[in-house]
Amino acid sequence: MRIGVLYSRVRPEEKLLFAELERRPADVELIDDRRVVLALGGSSALEPPFDFDVVFDRSLSYSRALVNLRVLADRGVATVNPARVIENCGDKVRTSSLLQAASVPTPATRVASTPEAALLAIEELGYPVVMKPTVGSWGRLIARINDRDAAEALLEHKSTLGSYQHSIFYLQRYVDKPERDIRAFVAGGRTLCAIYRRAPHWITNTARGASTENCPVTPEIDDLCRRAARAVGGGLLAVDLVEDRDRGLLVLEVNHTMEFRNSIAPTGVDIPARMIDFVERVGTVGWDEAQEPEAA
Amino acid sequence: MELQTVDADSECPECFEAVSLKAVMQHEIVQCAGCGVDLEVIELDPVALELAPEEEEDWGE
Repeated sequence: MRIGVLYSRVRPEEKLLFAELERRPADVELIDDRRVVLALGGSSALEPPFDFDVVFDRSLSYSRALVNLRVLADRGVATVNPARVIENCGDKVRTSSLLQAASVPTPATRVASTPEAALLAIEELGYPVVMKPTVGSWGRLIARINDRDAAEALLEHKSTLGSYQHSIFYLQRYVDKPERDIRAFVAGGRTLCAIYRRAPHWITNTARGASTENCPVTPEIDDLCRRAARAVGGGLLAVDLVEDRDRGLLVLEVNHTMEFRNSIAPTGVDIPARMIDFVERVGTVGWDEAQEPEAA
Repeated sequence: MELQTVDADSECPECFEAVSLKAVMQHEIVQCAGCGVDLEVIELDPVALELAPEEEEDWGE
């Protein structure tokens, strides 16, 4: 089997994945996505040969991943994950809409296109409200709005200083969680394991220093994660959940290029090995069949 | 696939602190213990370090 891996930089995750690939008989080629040139309309020696059974995407950049994987999809090359899944996860409006359509419980969310409409939505949700960029990760540019003064100031700043991506206001009712959230890892319709991410700060993201510990995968977590994964198109995904004191478990977001360096030790699960298992399965049986968990 | 890695001693291009590298591969990100910046191993033979690119707005997981 020939596997291509698109990557941006070699972080601990990529090193673990590459080491796992090295242990397998597959013919693997690493492709630095910063150097990729795509030839559309004619051929080019600058384009890498994409003659793979499957391409595994580990790009850091949402836009770069989408461009490359969309073109690969048009050429009939299987990718993990496919562009449509990355689009569904990378755009929070899209994710929320798909989760709602699949009746997966999520925090109350509003999307507005003008500061005036956003202010109405914020007041309807009630303070505090969390405002997030529609595309973004690692807790960047997320703001908790505690009152109307802060709302007006933030909306004015985003309208004046933000790029066009910030002209859409994604607003969520703040979930008063117990200083932790849950991250669960899903591969091909199976919940592999989960961790608690603990932090005294309201943003519980390991990229911002949250600590991790094992979270037992209860039937409820398993069910929610598999439903959330299915809603965005399946594949290799990390589902973030919060424990709402009133509504119980809610799905906050679904990540398409998961980081897992802090999750192997607490869970005892060889996450990179399970990820490569899935990539190889897609390369062998195709995307659709790989979404059904293999019989144990 | 056979990963090529090296052990080497190098220097941070930002603060000139010595950086000891163990089993690093090309394009791996390492952190300078002196000033904390992220560095990318851009070459293995000989080892060369460069400041890693700044985090971009659409980067993430």
